[in-house]
Amino acid sequence: MTTTSTADVVVIGAGIHGCSTALHCAQRGMKVVLIEKDHAGRHASGVNAGGVRQLARHVAEIPLSNHSMDIWHRIADLVDDDCGFVSDGQVLVAETEQELAVFRERVEDLNLRGFHHEELIDAKELRRLLPAVAETCPGGVVSRRDGAAVPFRATQAFKRKAVALGVDLREGVRVTGLTRDGAQWRVETAEGDVLAPKVVNAAGAWAGRLAASVGEPVPLEVIAPMLMITGRVEPFIRPVVILRGRKLSFKQFANGTVLIGGGYLGRAFPDENRTELDWDKLSQNARTVWELFPVMRSATIIRAWAGIEARMADEVPVFGPSAKHEGLFHQFGFSAHGFQLGPGAGSVMAELVATGATNVPIDGLRIQRFQTAASA
Amino acid sequence: MNRVTDVSALKEQYDLVVVGAGPAGLSAAATAAELGLSVLLADENPAPGGQIYRAVTTTPVQRREVLGEDYWRGQPIVQRFERSAADYAARTTVWTVGRTELMSGGEGFEVGVSADGQARLIDARHVILATGALERPMPIPGWTLPGVMTAGAAQIALKSAGIVPDGRVVLAGCGPLLYLLASQLQSAGANIVAVLDTTERGNALAAAGALPDFLLSPYLAKGLKLMLAARRKLRFVGGVTGLRAEGEGRVKQVVVERGSARETIACDMLLLHQGVIPNVNMTSAVGCEQVWDEQGHCWAPKLDAWFGASVPGISIAGDGAGIGGAESAALRGEVAALEAARRVGRIDEADRDRRAASVRATLARAMRGRRFLDVLYRPAKAFLAPKDAATVVCRCEEVTAGQLRETTRKLGVQGPNQMKTFLRCGMGPCQGRLCGPTVTEIIAEERGVAPAEVGYYRLRPPVKPVTLGELANLPKTEAAVKAVCR
Amino acid sequence: MFRPMRDPGAPAAAPLRFTFDGAPMTARAGDTVAAALLANGVSVNRHTPVSGAPRGAYCMMGVCFECLVVIDGVGNRQGCLVPLEEGMRIETQRGPRQAEALSQEIGA
Ligand SMILES: Cc1cc2nc3c(=O)[nH]c(=O)nc-3n(C[C@H](O)[C@H](O)[C@H](O)COP(=O)(O)OP(=O)(O)OC[C@H]3O[C@@H](n4cnc5c(N)ncnc54)[C@H](O)[C@@H]3O)c2cc1C
Ligand code: FES
Repeated sequence: MTTTSTADVVVIGAGIHGCSTALHCAQRGMKVVLIEKDHAGRHASGVNAGGVRQLARHVAEIPLSNHSMDIWHRIADLVDDDCGFVSDGQVLVAETEQELAVFRERVEDLNLRGFHHEELIDAKELRRLLPAVAETCPGGVVSRRDGAAVPFRATQAFKRKAVALGVDLREGVRVTGLTRDGAQWRVETAEGDVLAPKVVNAAGAWAGRLAASVGEPVPLEVIAPMLMITGRVEPFIRPVVILRGRKLSFKQFANGTVLIGGGYLGRAFPDENRTELDWDKLSQNARTVWELFPVMRSATIIRAWAGIEARMADEVPVFGPSAKHEGLFHQFGFSAHGFQLGPGAGSVMAELVATGATNVPIDGLRIQRFQTAASA
Repeated sequence: MNRVTDVSALKEQYDLVVVGAGPAGLSAAATAAELGLSVLLADENPAPGGQIYRAVTTTPVQRREVLGEDYWRGQPIVQRFERSAADYAARTTVWTVGRTELMSGGEGFEVGVSADGQARLIDARHVILATGALERPMPIPGWTLPGVMTAGAAQIALKSAGIVPDGRVVLAGCGPLLYLLASQLQSAGANIVAVLDTTERGNALAAAGALPDFLLSPYLAKGLKLMLAARRKLRFVGGVTGLRAEGEGRVKQVVVERGSARETIACDMLLLHQGVIPNVNMTSAVGCEQVWDEQGHCWAPKLDAWFGASVPGISIAGDGAGIGGAESAALRGEVAALEAARRVGRIDEADRDRRAASVRATLARAMRGRRFLDVLYRPAKAFLAPKDAATVVCRCEEVTAGQLRETTRKLGVQGPNQMKTFLRCGMGPCQGRLCGPTVTEIIAEERGVAPAEVGYYRLRPPVKPVTLGELANLPKTEAAVKAVCR
Repeated sequence: MFRPMRDPGAPAAAPLRFTFDGAPMTARAGDTVAAALLANGVSVNRHTPVSGAPRGAYCMMGVCFECLVVIDGVGNRQGCLVPLEEGMRIETQRGPRQAEALSQEIGA
């Protein structure tokens, strides 16, 4: 017989989101059990590009992202580790005048809504920020507070701090069922059940199944975004560079290595914890860099990999209370840009769990949006 | 054999791709080609032979006694391969092997190859990895100084280029290969001033149990003769407990500790060796499961009786499957090839078993005595996990033993993959080949657990670096072209 | 570092000429770049990108990447795997790929 334990809240999934939520709940004095089928940071949170980006986000996410950015800029105060966070800005490069016009509209629209983190820049400022970029680019958008951190290190720091604050972390334990038990939730695992009034579903690529199992199916696709990193190259660029027309994200670290990504997908096998790379697509990815940054042509690719991530049909996360059940909360579907949101989302989720409300606007992120669409 | 020098001349798909042209790969490729499979053998070296028979067809060393009769046994193995119909791509690096759906249907592998700055992806129904062994790293203080090399490196220089270390040479470490090299270098005219033996005295006792088996083994006659010959002619220093290479900008001397005694030996070259371990980088990058081999004190792929790995369609032959030496490598290559032929439908199970029976009998004989050697020459703790804090462990990123120990303790690091993200060890171009075993060992020691529990680096392709240019200019495969046209 | 072994039976082919950091050298046809450098007494062929420490070929079998050199302007070449060719211009690799070498390539 395995024993049943109790908690104030059970968090399922120890990615950056689960760890952050667990940490913030513990800070509020709650008794937290954090359950992870593999080990903390094993999936998307540990292998992503580490981009800490507000630039080019969907407006529905911006308030949460803003809140998160404030935390990133004082991250060591929260988790006792700087998480390798550096803030050299991120730049969205326009490859044509038409693209620049679209960007201008976007920035004006954001300004009207009261968001001022994105700033339109001309060719001169672009060249100042990115001397190595191809001559033909007419301008772009910069978000100066953006930057990058080291993903696995950051997730580990959140985990360590959470555990230090008393979170009961259970790694290598899979949640096999989620059922009501009176006023409580029964979180079932082979290692014993946990009873708690509140449950947070932060199970990443596996969260859709959990949601479906309690009658809240969502259009979630399991994807495997690919990344590659080069050997050290003489430092020539500081901000993170992203493109819109062609897929690219490009980041040189202080040690000279360059991380190349942009959302090309490999194949995901979530049941086997396995991904397969698609070298044809990585070749296209390399081709874009080859054209945009000629200095990179003889750099060597040292490693390529893919992570397992959840993408929603509208590429906006599911965040907030369940539409059907008391005491259940969702925090998943970050659609390949959830790393930056981790610190803030955990803080807001803890507030929701503890108080039932938050001042940070999250209306566009609720799970209801899919249920309405389905019944309409 | 058909030599292919331009990757664009390779076929779109092979029944079997063999990686590595040592005895295992050569025999596997020849066996499979003789059975009618379409075979590609790829190797990054300019000539066949692998490490043991390196350059056996091209070596400038003509005095046969220098390299010894065992070396020349490579000739018939290469000749058999040359008579076969296999494609041979020399100077060709295999940088990825990944599971894929074949264009011709069914499950198979995508193999990334690169030669002369041109990369290409080809399909394979079955893959035999015969990438062999590498020398176990021997991280002593000063081992990064120019003038310090592995003993195997000096042997390769001798075999392939006919050159010998100049000036005063010191060899240090343990294992049969160290003595073999000492005798080869000596007959090639090198001035060996000392052989410093780090074998632990207690090992002999532990190995005694395996002695009867060893007495029947083929190693005995050869091995002991070599060692005795070398011992008679050279200065042997046994019971070495500590080593330090010193010098400004290059090695000038080595400081030897034997318990509390200390001696300084001036030298121009220091050659290190403490045994060989399977090269697991490619096997684990393909996703094959690895297990800790207690006897060999190393990681090795998990294999079935046909040398099939945990990923169906991948076999591992030769020392990459676990250290067995040259003779058994060739035999294992044959066994693996027979199963590959069965998998692709060239022979049936009965035929495979019949052909394998005699090979297996010889193989069993060839493997005799291995355990004795493994236990006798198990490296001492001090040379697996250096105590000296300033000793570099990761040569690429210059991470020291002290940093590794402190990070394990302070941050509660559980294994090498976590360590990477804090210290970047294993993230340089050698992809952890020279620091992986030591990093595992140090974490295990600090945590007070077995290396098996600590694990190894999770490896990622490319297994060998490719340039961004090569990748950007990959010829589009048919599938990719179709995807664009659709 | 290394010297040719005395072997009366060895065929005497015409040596190949090459330069290392501008200095003219010769070596046996069939040698790798790393072997050719060793045979010419070169003990240092690169400086590390982290601390600038001098390094020389270590494993001679493609594993350690200590033999990295710049060959005819192209950096990051593994000397122990590249056969020597007549007229090769070999240079010490200093730290990460040098900016000069990069710009030369692009100009070419
Ligand atoms: C290659 C790649 C690049 C990316 N780049 C960026 C970037 O630059 N910037 C950015 O902001 N975002 C980026 N992202 C996205 C970001 O990594 C994710 O959005 C974020 O990490 C999601 O965190 P998570 O905690 O929800 O998911 P995960 O990290 O996947 O964590 C979910 C955890 O739940 C566990 N789990 C699942 N089911 C169960 C169960 N039944 N029982 C117990 N445990 C379970 C899983 O094992 C997993 O550890 C990238 C993603 C990838 C894959
Ligand atoms: S000398 Fe080790 S890779 Fe060339």
